[in-house]
This record gives sequence, C-alpha cells and structure tokens, in this order.
Amino acid sequence: MRAEAHGTAERWLLATGLLTVMPHALHLPAWLIAACAVLLATYGWLGRQPHAQPPRVLLLLVAAGIAAGIRLHYEHLFGKDPGVALLAALLCLKLLEGRGARDVRVAVLLAFFLQLGLFFYNQTPAVAALALAGTLAATATLLALHRPRAPVREHLRTAALLLAQAAPFMLVLFVLFPRVQGPLWGLPADAHSAVSGLTDTMSPGSISELSLSDDIAFRAEFAGPPPPPAQRYWRGPVLTEFDGRTWHLLRPTFDTAPAYRPDGPVYEYRLTLEPHNRRWLLALDYADAGLGGVRYASDFQLFAERPVRSRARFTVRSRPQAAVGLAESEAVLAAATRLPAQGNPRTHALAGELATGNPSPQQVLQRALDHFRGGAYTYTLSPPLLETDPIDGFLFDTREGFCEHFAGSFVFLMRAAGVPARVVTGYQGGEINPVDGAMVVRQSNAHAWAEVWLPSEGWRRIDPTAEAAPMRIESGLSASLREGDPRPLLMRSGFSWLRQFRHRWEALANDWNQWVLGYNPDRQRDLLERLGFADADWRMLTMLMSAAASVLAAALFGWAFIRRRHADPLDRAWQTFCAKTARRGLARQPWEGPADFARRLAAAFPAQAAELGRIAHDYAQLRYRSPGTPADVRALSQRIRRLTLS
Amino acid sequence: MSVFPASTAAALKPHLERWLRRPLRPEAAPIRLLQRRIYVLPSAAGLAFAAALLVMLLASINYELSLGFALTFLLGGVGLASMVHAFRNLLHLEIRPLRSEPVFCGEPARFALLLENGREAARPALCLATAESAAMADVPAGDSTEAVVERPTTRRGWLPLGRVTVETRYPLGLVRAWSTVHPDLRCLVYPAPETDPPPLPLDGGTRDGNLRRAAGEDDFAGLRQHQRADSPRHIAWKAFARGGPLLVKQFSGSAGGEVALDWHALPPALDEEARLARLAAWLLAAHGAGREFSLRMDDASLPRGGGARHLHEALKLLALHGRRNHEG
Repeated sequence: MRAEAHGTAERWLLATGLLTVMPHALHLPAWLIAACAVLLATYGWLGRQPHAQPPRVLLLLVAAGIAAGIRLHYEHLFGKDPGVALLAALLCLKLLEGRGARDVRVAVLLAFFLQLGLFFYNQTPAVAALALAGTLAATATLLALHRPRAPVREHLRTAALLLAQAAPFMLVLFVLFPRVQGPLWGLPADAHSAVSGLTDTMSPGSISELSLSDDIAFRAEFAGPPPPPAQRYWRGPVLTEFDGRTWHLLRPTFDTAPAYRPDGPVYEYRLTLEPHNRRWLLALDYADAGLGGVRYASDFQLFAERPVRSRARFTVRSRPQAAVGLAESEAVLAAATRLPAQGNPRTHALAGELATGNPSPQQVLQRALDHFRGGAYTYTLSPPLLETDPIDGFLFDTREGFCEHFAGSFVFLMRAAGVPARVVTGYQGGEINPVDGAMVVRQSNAHAWAEVWLPSEGWRRIDPTAEAAPMRIESGLSASLREGDPRPLLMRSGFSWLRQFRHRWEALANDWNQWVLGYNPDRQRDLLERLGFADADWRMLTMLMSAAASVLAAALFGWAFIRRRHADPLDRAWQTFCAKTARRGLARQPWEGPADFARRLAAAFPAQAAELGRIAHDYAQLRYRSPGTPADVRALSQRIRRLTLS
Repeated sequence: MSVFPASTAAALKPHLERWLRRPLRPEAAPIRLLQRRIYVLPSAAGLAFAAALLVMLLASINYELSLGFALTFLLGGVGLASMVHAFRNLLHLEIRPLRSEPVFCGEPARFALLLENGREAARPALCLATAESAAMADVPAGDSTEAVVERPTTRRGWLPLGRVTVETRYPLGLVRAWSTVHPDLRCLVYPAPETDPPPLPLDGGTRDGNLRRAAGEDDFAGLRQHQRADSPRHIAWKAFARGGPLLVKQFSGSAGGEVALDWHALPPALDEEARLARLAAWLLAAHGAGREFSLRMDDASLPRGGGARHLHEALKLLALHGRRNHEG
C-alpha cells in the first residue's frame, strides 16, 4: 500500500521523469510517447490520492504490452533504438511500481541511462542543457529522500552546489581521460542511420533534393585568403558510367600519391567534415601531395581511410592550377566515351552536327558550349518530369533543368561527339561566416559539373550550368533561380537578420562540435602537445588525470573545513571577548550567562571589574533587551577590542 | 585523513583494527568529531551508482558519445562531492552528554545528547545509533539539537550509554559517513518493583496513624507527575479531566504515617532480587501514599524522610545493592 500522498522526493521524481522522457519524443514512436505520457500522468494523479496503488498484475500486463509493441515496431529487441524505447517505458513503469526509497533510487539510475540514450540521437547544446536540467532534478530527488521536509528551494540549491562542485572534475576527466577510438565491440546495424549528402549515383532530381537542405556539409578554415567564388569547386564522386538515366561511379584505384604533378599556387585549409558515412572527402581541386591520413584516387578524389562516421578533421592543401590527366590511361578514356547503344537520337544528331568538318576536340567543345549559351536554357529547382530519352527531352523540349540536367546532358553530348567526358559531383560555393571566418558549405551547395579530356591539356573542368546561369557560380543558388521557385529558407530575401543570427549560432556550434563533440584521441593528443606533453600515452594521461583530480579533491575537502564566521556583528564581538578571556585561562562555560560570567571574571581581574561588568551588561542589554543600533554594537565591539586583561 | 575510496580494502584494514581496539573509556565532553575519526565508505546504493556509471562509460566509449563522457564524468564528480558533503556533515560536530533519568528495570533507558553545530550550515539527517536502537536528528545552522537514544534495560544498577555511532548518508545516500563516540553518560536502573506486592508493613504506632489518616486526609502538599506504581486513589482526576497532565496528589507525611522498611524483616525464603523488587514496590507505595519512610539494608541504611528526592535515594540504594561501583 502507498502509505501517504506523494512526498517531495516523489514530486522531484516526476519532474525528473518528465525532463528525461520528453526529449525522446523526437525519435520514439508516437504510440510509445503516448503510453509514457499516460503512465506519467497516472503517477502524477496518484500523488494526490493517498492509499492508491495500481495493481501489480495490471502493471505487468502493461509492461508486456509495451515490450510487444516495441518488438513489433523495431522488429527486434536488441540494439540502440529498441533499447532506448524499452528504457523510457521502464522508467515510467518504475515510477508507478516504486514505493520505497530503493525504488526511487532505481528510477533515478534509469533516468541517468535514458539521458545518455538521448545523446545517441542528438548532441546539440540544447540537448546538453536538457540533460543537465534532468541531472539536477535527479540529484534533487535523491536529496529529497534524506531531507523530505526541507523546502524545494533548498533541494535545488544543494543539488546545484553538488553539480557545481562536480563540474571541475567533469572538465578534468573529459580532457584527460585516455580516449580510445571506438567501438570496443561490434556495433548493432542501426548504429549509423542514414545521413544526407551526396551518393555514388546521380539521376535527375537527386541533387535538387539536396539543394533544399540548409544542413552543413563541411566547413573549411583557410590559412590564408579563401579562393574566389568561381574557384570553389569541392570535388566529390566522379561518375563515368551512364545507363540511359542514372550516372554511376566507376571504382577508382587508390594510391598514396596523386597521379599528377601538383604545382601552382596553393590553398591550405582545415576541412571539418560532417559525418556522411562515406569514405570520400570533399577537397578543392586538386589535392596537393603529402597529405596525412588520406588516399589519392585515380579520378582525383580524396578518400579517408575509413567511412566518416563522426565529424572528422583533415588538413588539406589544394593547387587549383595543377594540370591533371595528361597521361590518362586508355581504359579510363574508353569508359569516358561509352554511351548506351540506344536512346536520345536527337542528341546524337546534334553531336554529329558538332563534329562535322573533322574539328579538333577544342573546337567541338567550343561549339557545344555555344549551343548551351545560345539555347535559352532555364535553371530551376523544379524542372518538368522527363520520361523517355531524358537528354533529348531536356536539350530540345523542356529546356528547364537543374545542374544534374546540365552536366549530364553536356557529358552525353561530348561523348556522342567523340570527346571523353565525365560527370563530377560535389559542392560549389561556400559562404564565409563573418563571426569565425570559416567557410561554411551546406547541402544546398551540392552541384554537378562536367570534366572533358583534351589531348593537349588533360582533364578540363567545364560547368555547363555556369554557361546557362552564370549567377549560380558567382552569387550562389538563390540569385540564379527564377522568381517563385522554392528555395532554402535562409536564402530567401528579407531574412538577413536571421542569417546574421544563424552565422553567430553556427560559429558557436562549430566550437561546440570541434571541442566538445569532436574531442577524440587526435584532438586530445593535439591539446596535450600544446600544453607541453608531447607523445602522451595512456599512462601519462592517467597520471595527469589522477594528479589533477587529487588537487580538485583536496580543494573540495578544504571547503569542508571552512567554518564560516557568525554573520551577526554582536555575536562576533562577544566571541572576541570570550576568546580574549579564554586566552587568560578563563573560558566562558556554555551554561554561563553574561552576568555570571562577568562576576567570575571580576573576581579574577579585580582591577578591571568595572569595565568587565560594563561589557557584559552592554552585551546582555543589546542581546536580550533591545536590538540596539549598529552604532551601539560598534561601540561595544570597540570597547572589547581595546580591552587588555592584566 | 581517514576518507578513502571503495576499492582500497587493504588501506581500510588498519583503520578497522584501530577502531576495534578503541578504548571503551568514555570521552570527556564535548566530543568534537575531527577528521581523524570520521570514516567514509560507499553504501550499497553508492556501489550500484558506481556500477551504473561504469556501464555508461563503456557505452560512451563504444558509441563515441562525447556528451556521454561528459554526463558520466559529471555524475562521477557528483558522487565524489557527495562524499565530501557527507564527511562535512559530521566534521566539527560537537556532542555533549546531557542527562539520563533513572528508569525501572525493563523500561528503556533514555539518554539525551546535545548535538551542537558551530557552522553556518545545517547538518541534516544525522543518525545516532546504539547497538539496539537509532534516532534521527537535524541540527540547524549555528544551533543545537537534543537527540535521545534508547537502550533496553535488563538488570539494575548503572547502565552506561556505551558506544554510539553517529552516522549520515546525506546528501545522496551514495556514501555512509560515520564516527563512533563514547559519551560519558549513564543511566541508573532501579530494580523492577514487584508487580503484586503484599501490603505495606506497618508496625507499632504507625497503625494508629493509618487509622487517623483514614479518618481525615493528611495535609495536601502539592501535585507531581504521575509515575508507574502510583496508587490510582491519589491521581488528581479533576485536573486530568480539565485536560491537564496526569498528576498525583501528594500529602505531607505526618509523624504517624511513617513506614520502616527493613531488609532483614523480609521472609528469608526470598532471594536478593526478589527482596529488592518487593522493597522497591513498597517504597513506591509509601511514597504514593505520601508517607515518610526509612530504609535499612544489610549494608547501608537511609534515615526517615519523604519526597521525591528521598525516594530516589532509597531506590538508588536498592539499584546499587551489592554492586561494587556504588558511586562510580
């Protein structure tokens, strides 16, 4: 039986439950959130009903029902998502089941686990603040178990004090705890859920879909001035195979050095890549030799050693004017001229026109570009749907398309005219955040362009979109779109204040990402090196961590010894007086009132009997009769200070 | 500093031994809890908390959850801080023995201790425990609180309070901080009075007094608190009916109402404890009837007298009969 209505601890526990379960609403199935809400509401309602307790059998049935629901929803019970769902349900059920202090403790531990579970999905500062609030409530819950009658404010104050005292330990352990590169054991299949970004194929619509997202793809911090907008081509997957509708990646070969001679001016930058669960990096054309931790692909892409599953940093140097592909292999060139046997007859016909008179490849290229410039093509995010022969449809009928249409059609046309060409996807552009000076590249910068091989100069970048909509390259997506086209929120005009705020926020978020979320073994090594501990291994880290924690613990114990002095000046004065007499061997006994004490003192120091009597009398008057003015207290205090017993 | 983490069982051992060999002599008042004598160890809940943190740490490493590390380390720090809070809750606490009223054997002996807090911060959730019972106490900032601990009584004589464990699990229940103290306090345990004693022995002229008293009451002398074994005839029912406490009317003993109790006059068949029980019952009866009495034991005697103080002297004589530590 629940003996009485909820005490303070239970109310705190309800707050903890709400603060912990609520943020999970973003990813838990709706029915489970509803069930948790009902359970929490029941708990809150029971708090007002003494002697009410749900029957155990009912709770067991509900638990079994929820477990079955989770099994159905996730199709298994093991792994991250069903685990978090089970924990949330368990916490709500535990609140209802629990009666004693022990149950409250168990519920608090469950709440801690659930707060950790929140970080699987989201590690933003807002979520960190929520978790902190939840921890505060949980700590207050435990406190309320021991001081049920203290006011809520007192629980909150002590809980906040405990957290504040714990904060330095957190900082030291966070920085110095030896980090290892996870995972320790095989992760369940759902550990890395789908993330947005480029893929290794391109079909009409795949890039325009990305273009509506304001999500950050990566950031680049340039050591010197950043390249001009027209040179901001960040190379991603290079697509060579075409099946009539979709462009595919041709598996490149990897090497530890680039297949070209890197020369010309250099840009050095630090690339911070958002996780995209792929191996390719997004570097400016063309990566310099001698970069650490990367592989050079035969199609000039840069690859990481393993898929980028957490935010990763790379130091990259690029030389935009390097000549590439001067000695390209026959196999690659053959693949770059292959086309499906059938389809798009009108484009083939156009290619035939371009190639009449046995022109050089440069001339063919020039003619094709002229065609694109003069063809009245429109750049739009919502092009009409193209069914059969999409290249023909775009080039001759609709003439409206996004960059994938331009790039794909142009490459097709070049190949049909006998010039090796391929599609390059990646990002084009980037915006300097005025707050921290880093270049931010968003998913909306996703782009596709073409690369044409000319015998005299190797691979040359051609951006057919730039021919049709030059604004796209110089001023970004928004300027080049038609009135009324949908565009990403931040690119709409009239949102400059929002952009300003967004810049500030993103600069802050970047610091958070770099220093809190991205604090990995590499960063730890960097930081320690900067602090003067080169090549710190785990032994060194453990030693440093123990030393720092010991210093903190000693400081905390020092705090325990502080005895704050009495705030009351009258008390302080009287204590000074008693301390003075005690030094002469006459300590006031705890039961002795001022008058009795003065009599005893007078007997011991007859010469000062009058003064001693006066002090005791004044003190008694001020203490017990009338509070007196601060001046009275000061006068007594001075009298006591002047007193010398002899 | 005698505060150590959970794992160092080896470091714990010498402390434990020293603690076990602590002299049983009572300590001089006030007993001030200094860091040397305060012990801190995790409680069962604390161990569960530590295990949970370990699981959280492993999950953070495996899934590379930076905020998971932060949360785990923050909670670890909270656990550590709560240890210091528990330690601080006892540190510099002063304990003074206050008093212990005599009780009859079989009643629990109650020992009042004064807990003094010289610090400008409250000391909540202190637990004072003897081997048999425990009492909770909160001491407000810069104030003092009286705590009463009880011990059962099984034999007459002096019952020392003995060892008292002052313990706290405040603030989070994750650690237990404790210290053992030995306040200089003892309780006088009177022999349990015989439950159904024979009537008061009234010899010689006293019989007349009895009669005379029966004819007209003695002078009313005042009221006192009711005690066990008081005759219901003397309870001030009127006062009680008015909602007052249970009081007993006392009468000034007159010359004629004297009772002379004599150890040697008791039937020889009775053993020592039975004699003491009967004498105790008679003393209470005589006192309840407002008579003066004298007591003669085999090794001591008490002249004629009356009143609560006299009764206490007489009962003390009985309590300590045959005990070596008469005044000790």
